[in-house]
Amino acid sequence: MSRNAILDAVRAALGRSEKEPAPDPPPVRLRIPDVSLESRIASMTTSVEALAGRVLRAPTPQHAGRLVRERIANQNAVASNSPYLDECGIRGLPNVHSGITKPDELQKLCAAADVGITGVDYALADTGTLVVLSSPYEARMISLLPPAHLAVMACSRLLTGLDELFTLLPDPAVASSSMVFITGPSRTADIEQILVRGVHGPGEIVVILVG
Amino acid sequence: MAGAFEQKIHETLADTRLQQAVYTATGRLKDSRLAVIAPHVLPDYQELRAHAHLLKRHTVDHLDHYLEKFQRNVESRGGQVVFCNDGAEVSDFVLALAKKRGARLIVKSKSMTTEEVDLNEHLEHHGLESVETDLGEYILQLAHERPYHIVAPALHKTRYDVAEILTRRLNAPHETKIEKQTAIARAVLRQKFLAADIGISGANFLVADSGAVVLVENEGNARLATTLPKIHIVVAGIEKVIPRAQDLAVFLKLLARSATGQLLSVYTSFLSGPRRAGEIDGPDEFYVLLLDNGRTKLLPDSAKRQSLYCIRCGACLNACPVYRKIGGHSFPWVYSGPIGAILTPQFMGVSREPSLPFASSLCGACAEVCPVKIDIPSVLVALRADVHQNEARQKRNRVEKLAFRLFRWLMQHPRAYEWAGRLAASLANSADGGWMRRVPVPLNVGPVRAWLSQRDLPPPPSRSFRQLWRQR
Amino acid sequence: MRRAFPRIWPNVWVRDDEGGRLDMSQRVSLFVTCMVDQLFPKIGLAMVEVLERLGFSIDFPEAQTCCGQPAFNSGYPDEARAVARHFLDVFEASEAIVVPSGSCTAMIIHHFAELFERDPTALARVEQLSERVWEFSQFLTVVAGAEDVGAHLEDVATFHDGCHALRELGIQSAARRLLRHVRGLELREMEPAGECCGFGGTFSVKFAELSGAMARTKIEAIVRTGANIVVSLDPSCLMQIQGVLSRAGLKIRGLHLAEVLASR
Repeated sequence: MSRNAILDAVRAALGRSEKEPAPDPPPVRLRIPDVSLESRIASMTTSVEALAGRVLRAPTPQHAGRLVRERIANQNAVASNSPYLDECGIRGLPNVHSGITKPDELQKLCAAADVGITGVDYALADTGTLVVLSSPYEARMISLLPPAHLAVMACSRLLTGLDELFTLLPDPAVASSSMVFITGPSRTADIEQILVRGVHGPGEIVVILVG
Repeated sequence: MAGAFEQKIHETLADTRLQQAVYTATGRLKDSRLAVIAPHVLPDYQELRAHAHLLKRHTVDHLDHYLEKFQRNVESRGGQVVFCNDGAEVSDFVLALAKKRGARLIVKSKSMTTEEVDLNEHLEHHGLESVETDLGEYILQLAHERPYHIVAPALHKTRYDVAEILTRRLNAPHETKIEKQTAIARAVLRQKFLAADIGISGANFLVADSGAVVLVENEGNARLATTLPKIHIVVAGIEKVIPRAQDLAVFLKLLARSATGQLLSVYTSFLSGPRRAGEIDGPDEFYVLLLDNGRTKLLPDSAKRQSLYCIRCGACLNACPVYRKIGGHSFPWVYSGPIGAILTPQFMGVSREPSLPFASSLCGACAEVCPVKIDIPSVLVALRADVHQNEARQKRNRVEKLAFRLFRWLMQHPRAYEWAGRLAASLANSADGGWMRRVPVPLNVGPVRAWLSQRDLPPPPSRSFRQLWRQR
Repeated sequence: MRRAFPRIWPNVWVRDDEGGRLDMSQRVSLFVTCMVDQLFPKIGLAMVEVLERLGFSIDFPEAQTCCGQPAFNSGYPDEARAVARHFLDVFEASEAIVVPSGSCTAMIIHHFAELFERDPTALARVEQLSERVWEFSQFLTVVAGAEDVGAHLEDVATFHDGCHALRELGIQSAARRLLRHVRGLELREMEPAGECCGFGGTFSVKFAELSGAMARTKIEAIVRTGANIVVSLDPSCLMQIQGVLSRAGLKIRGLHLAEVLASR
């Protein structure tokens, strides 16, 4: 069968025998810079705004809830089941659908929604990136289907960058079947190299940094 | 003697609008890259490149080990790995699965590997609808064309071309505003995403230790294609494996910067199998099809093996003065630019397009920008030698072989070399310090004629350097 | 096999911003290259003039011919190897070898080792010799420690970075520093810089139209600077660029760095 044929061909080409062990790979290269929280916040803000996203500061979770309420106004919103969003009082807002656990139902709601609201697991300050892992509390499509994405996060979750993330999470597959890095709104320059935002994913990103 | 390749080059060079589009677009990408790898922006850029090269070298040198590890780990997380010799096995698998599940509609995200094997054609031929969802690829699918560039597939199309395609194929109202064109495509494709039975993606990296695939994109179509449908099929070349998730800290820092000058692409997905218990959405079934399609042929030669390190960033295309003139459709296969020039002969055999390895001035711009430090010029030179060995076997191009034998002899015999030089000088016109446009008819052949077709020749000096030296 | 000069893109084995005089005698050997010998002898003479001005005495091994690059780049390694061996024989005894060509220098110090991969004796000779081979501008700045060679030329010039000098030898600032010390010379940078002129050896005739198109793009960049002279370290680039300038009827001159530095 093809598996054996291919692996045999690989081994023959490399002069390796079956079950021959491999030496260790080159060492992992992770360099975490020493950056204060304030610098990280500044960096995150600059990076997100450079990508036409927005960053709002909220001193407390309640304040974050108020910011969200203002932003979504009368719009149709879907929020994830994140306990942090509960803490911010977002899941209880009148025009917010939350607590959904069935994918078909969620898909219908997200497809019709104006805004998707999620928590994040981490953010990466040097690139303005949100890191979201799929879980019973975070569905994937909420940050994907609606045309706008609001991400609410505690400042303590703000890391310096990829190196710090992969130090904390050396194998993301252990935690979840899906980890996604979101760096700004969806975009393309496929036609005449002209930038268009919101092609398939959300065209609007707002990050609320709490604390 | 113009073959198909030379003919396409000629046509592209004659198309001023296309020339302008390709040169400008690649110029922008080239400059964007420079801005984000500059020493004050990414001080450890060279170190990262060196490390990425070592990681790729190690993995490819022990590829069987990492493929087996990858398979074990994918399967431990509920996914399935299928090794495929060629495109037929890929489409056979997809068709069989689609039939079993009663699937009719497939959404696809960008994958050069699936282009390699014409997957869409095969699926369509068997009655499945397989829709490209990357905006540029979708437009090309509607136009029945191949991608022009690894990262910017519709680089050669103007908004007027796009308007015509959308109207003709979708009955959309004539629309030349790019934002509106995008909105039209988005609306059509959204319906496809929501209704699709299967999502097919490529993979930028296959992570052996995690049993995970990594997808890098800007639009969100890969996320949609791999989140909404119940089945996710990954089609990836066997060379895409990397050892550990932590190695992504190196590769991801290089990929987007090299490709488009972004720090990171908008979305990077790290997917390890079907939805886990408790997760709300995501596919129920997860398959990774590992494709050979000739990659094993590139393994035996340790000098050419580095061709498999490629992470498909497209930086070499943007840097290449040849690609920037002749564009992607001049190349005979789906991979164009410098990487295409070394992959094509190795996959297809040198006789498929024997002049391809020679379509380079060996300037080294590609090697300078390659994030994994593939020494493309040295592979090109090695392929040139392969072409000549092939010619020798077929007893072709004997004149050139003879000429270089003569060259060798002359250059080992200084007096003969000097004599030959004086002979050539006496035969050519002298032009009083100016440059020559013409030479006597007997000399106006082959290389001389080719040279003169584009530029003037220097007149031979009345005395060579060594003659002048002797007179000092 | 340990190569003396690992080929890194960009090559950083010599930082051409390090000045200073290496400990050596005043005798240098010239490898003028077949192209200078047969087509551009003035470049060789200019190089001699500059080196003598700096106090070096010049040796010209008459048995020299070519570095073998045309055969190597065209995919004829056996032929290239034979020519390379001849080079080793001719120059083995030389203390320092100066070359008015980035591409020929790169051939010797990077690619000879590839040709002799399977011949340890020859490889040792190559490694030994490579340390003594210098491209002209590098020799002046790194070995001779000279940036001002007493040159005088009233004109406006631009500099063309040949690909081999730039990417294989890491030469970027050396030539510019030498040019900036030429009295009366205004040096303007072309935009974009570092793009291939389209010569590429047999590429220039196998893909003549494409080579011409690349050269014309280069010419446009030169014209935009308003310079009257384009300076290069490589006779092959000069032949390409000057050939196209002439065909276009433009009055811009192509000069080798040596010719500029020899001007008084």
